[in-house]
Amino acid sequence: MNALRSRRSFVAALETGGAWLLAALWILPLLYAFWAAVHPSAYSASFVLDAPLTLDNFVRAWKAAPFARYFLNTFLLVTMILGVQFVLCTLAAYAFSRYAFLGHRLAFVLVLLQLMIMPDVLVVENYRTMSALGIVDTIPAIGLPYMASAFGIFLLRQTFKTVPRELDEAARVEGAGPIQILLKVYVPLAKPVYIAYGLVSVSYHWNNFLWPLIITNSVSTRPLTVGLQIFASSDQGIDWSVITAATLMTAAPLLIAFLLFQRQFVQSFMRAGIR
Amino acid sequence: MTLARDTLNENREEARPSSRRVPSAATGRMRRPAHVRRWDVHIHGWLLLLPAAVLLATFTHFPAVATVIDSFFSTPKGPRHSVFVGLDNYQAMISDPIFWRSLDNNLVYALSTIPLTIALAMTMALAVNRKLAGRGFMRMSFFTPTVMPMIAVANIWLFFYSPGYGLLDRLLALFGIPAHNWLGSEQTALACLIAVAVWKDAGFFMIFYLAALQQMPPQLAEAAAIEGASRWYFFRRVTFPLLMPTTLFVLINAIINSFRLVDHVIVMTRGGPNNTTSLLLFYIYEVGFKFWDTAYAASLTVVLLVLLAVLAVGQFTFFDRRIHYQ
Amino acid sequence: MRITRRKYLATMAGTAAAVLSPAVLAKEVELSLYYPVAVGGPITKIIDGYAAAFEKENPGIKVRAIYAGTYQDTLVKSLTAFKSGEPPNIAVLLSTDMFTLIDEGAVDPFDDLVKSDADKAWLKSFYPAFMENSQTGGKTWGIPFQRSTIVMYWNKDAFKQAGLDPEKAPDNWDELVAFGRKLTKREGNATTQWGVQIPSTGFPYWLFQGLTTANNVRLMNQAGTETYFDKPEVIEALQFWVDLSRKYEIHPPGAVEWGTTPKDFFERKTAIMWTTTGNLTNVRKNAPFPFGVAMLPGHKGRGSPTGGGNFYFFRKMTPEQRAAAFKFVKWMTTPERAADWGIATGYVAVRPDAWETPAMKKYVADFPAAEVARDQLKFAVAELSTHDNQRVTKALNDGIQAALNGTKTPTQAMKDAQQESARILRPYR
Repeated sequence: MNALRSRRSFVAALETGGAWLLAALWILPLLYAFWAAVHPSAYSASFVLDAPLTLDNFVRAWKAAPFARYFLNTFLLVTMILGVQFVLCTLAAYAFSRYAFLGHRLAFVLVLLQLMIMPDVLVVENYRTMSALGIVDTIPAIGLPYMASAFGIFLLRQTFKTVPRELDEAARVEGAGPIQILLKVYVPLAKPVYIAYGLVSVSYHWNNFLWPLIITNSVSTRPLTVGLQIFASSDQGIDWSVITAATLMTAAPLLIAFLLFQRQFVQSFMRAGIR
Repeated sequence: MTLARDTLNENREEARPSSRRVPSAATGRMRRPAHVRRWDVHIHGWLLLLPAAVLLATFTHFPAVATVIDSFFSTPKGPRHSVFVGLDNYQAMISDPIFWRSLDNNLVYALSTIPLTIALAMTMALAVNRKLAGRGFMRMSFFTPTVMPMIAVANIWLFFYSPGYGLLDRLLALFGIPAHNWLGSEQTALACLIAVAVWKDAGFFMIFYLAALQQMPPQLAEAAAIEGASRWYFFRRVTFPLLMPTTLFVLINAIINSFRLVDHVIVMTRGGPNNTTSLLLFYIYEVGFKFWDTAYAASLTVVLLVLLAVLAVGQFTFFDRRIHYQ
Repeated sequence: MRITRRKYLATMAGTAAAVLSPAVLAKEVELSLYYPVAVGGPITKIIDGYAAAFEKENPGIKVRAIYAGTYQDTLVKSLTAFKSGEPPNIAVLLSTDMFTLIDEGAVDPFDDLVKSDADKAWLKSFYPAFMENSQTGGKTWGIPFQRSTIVMYWNKDAFKQAGLDPEKAPDNWDELVAFGRKLTKREGNATTQWGVQIPSTGFPYWLFQGLTTANNVRLMNQAGTETYFDKPEVIEALQFWVDLSRKYEIHPPGAVEWGTTPKDFFERKTAIMWTTTGNLTNVRKNAPFPFGVAMLPGHKGRGSPTGGGNFYFFRKMTPEQRAAAFKFVKWMTTPERAADWGIATGYVAVRPDAWETPAMKKYVADFPAAEVARDQLKFAVAELSTHDNQRVTKALNDGIQAALNGTKTPTQAMKDAQQESARILRPYR
């Protein structure tokens, strides 16, 4: 019995050690980037403990490229997409969950198609569409292909379906119209789902790159990711310290937000029933 | 995509009641308030769906169809107009070694990132789910990479892989292993990209596993402990099967990611050396926006779309049989 | 539809402006300039400075510079913008993209603007080596500006430590190998310092031309319709590059990253590097040791390809814009400006008389290394440029990388590249 227990505790210690090792390994590249960002570039590749600390790289990066504008662009982009997604997905999900309209099953399958055929794959054609519409190099053009989100519609539909019919009927008896019912009954009940979906959407579009790279041409529309890439790629040689500083800077807002709201993120996911 | 599967089931279930509902609408009219008449259901339904439907049609369905059509035409260039060329683009594709290389790379990439990411995500979730010292830190370190842009991650790893003075070579030097040109060598370049993808995604999928684990009734583990079942046995016979729906969801996302995300290719290797890291979507980008051969890019896109469709169908039929729901 | 509507609106606006006051029209001409540098590099400051000075001297013309990253990125952006109907007015793009831009119908030649004798003299004032990639079919499509050649930088400290004369760079291939052997330092099986490093990502074909030119062979014809990748001299040159790493073991194996090569040099990971003269100022500022600059080593002959970017005029400019753009380009290439630009960046001042300006004379006296690039121009050849240039160079790049990685023999790699390029160029014969 004793032997068994000590064997078990040995295994447990081993597992704890392993988990710790994995965690350390995982954070290492980030620590490395952080090291390069807060030291003068002469030290970016040599680990001397008494290397002088500096914020100069961040200052240089900030001054060197219009990062403030990039932040603004990304912020506008992300908010616009999220706002429109909420409205469109709510309406569509409501239709799918409570209206047995003609062709609703076919329509639903067509919607779900987007889960597999994402806009990211259709860049060539979507570029043509945007250029035919004359909106290349605008912030709405970056967002448009993503605004009707199959994932959002599906998620909300699932949630709306769990709303008891009685609540719906009760509101109807009180004389509320369909939109009022949607706003008064369904939307409040689905709040955790909105939060979870919102977090996913924001992080997705904050980080999206290929499509914005293709569709934007100028500083006034470029989101952070594209700005960072243009900042980092150069035919005249690379200064790692400044680049890592810029890299951390662009990731920082989202990083901090997620570190602060980790718990809420996990819990809202659980509540939203995405398993 | 527990998602889509759920839906199919539900659609199946729904098929009956809803088909019943339409004819019974007349009899049910009594219970319905006056404003919901028969036509209203259709009109309201479609009106609610309309804005989303328009956008989906414009940016998903139309371009998908247009891609197929364009793949049968030539690329207009300067004064030369686009003409119907039948299967020419596809013939060119069959004899294009870079296309085959990219397809090959993409399969290797998918078949390595997916199992690795899932196994690691599960391990991480199990580790973090237990009451270990410092699990807050552990969770943070696993999760942090996922909220960073792939572009940022790739830039950091580019530095990390620098031959000689990059972190990787410095760590290996401690064990006496000589410096290696990680991204410049055909043998290691793709593996380097795979590592980046795994590093970035594992923490994201961990969250889903964590959510599933926390919903598992603790009584199961208690009962197993009383029965004297080993932890490994418990994992194999209880935890793993119960996590299956999550695994399916994660799997679908991982597959999509492996064909959707090429940001790190653009930053780190641009498909080189000698196309060893060219993934399908990257090649499409290159052909479409560097060579401006949009028709050929369309035919390449068709291949990618077909691939995704086949995967989707495969998943339904395969997993429908395999997975037991809770 | 859209274009007609825009045309209609433009005509309306134009008429209205003309009716109201002709002065209005003359007052505001805005020019967009796509420029291939990373946003925020020191070069953006210089260009912004020039644009501001030009605007001050020419009221009524606004120059809006848009920094678009690498040459590759800038080309993609310019063509993307062109296809969507709103091209840049002026762009600085690789001289080698000339055929691509012509084939796309994206650019106009300069010839109709060159009327006065002064203009004709201006067009003749550039180094002929730079004009090779700027003219075809009797027309001038590009005006040299951000031009460069490849030069060799060496670490004098490393030479001293290896027992070599720190003031003498290898002058030919044999010396390169001999010096490289002495300069390569090993600890156990790890190499701590390589003898020489020739980057092979980004544009391997360009650096490769540094070897083929020394081997007295050209890679393509002037019309850009034929390539000669499988000639024995070309294969020999590639074999030499491969041998540097595989046989003599003085060059890092595999594909060497272009962007980090200067950093490798600063970190003393390599004692000699080949890179653009455009890095001169960067190296001068950041190298923590005394360094030298030399022409590329010769073999049967010597020389380097020219490189870098030209000014191009995109289509769809109004006559006023074209006139203003022409004024701007002439302003940017005066001897004084060319000298100033060369001093500030290390790029080669594009016309001989720029080297006679007092500023340049003083600079060269302080920093003789700057002259190397100019002197090498005597031996310079045109950079590889063909129709469908992106694809043809990719074929060659892939072949070079395959050979350096040892997955193909140089012979096989060049045969494959030639076959691919012949296939691509067939429609242009």
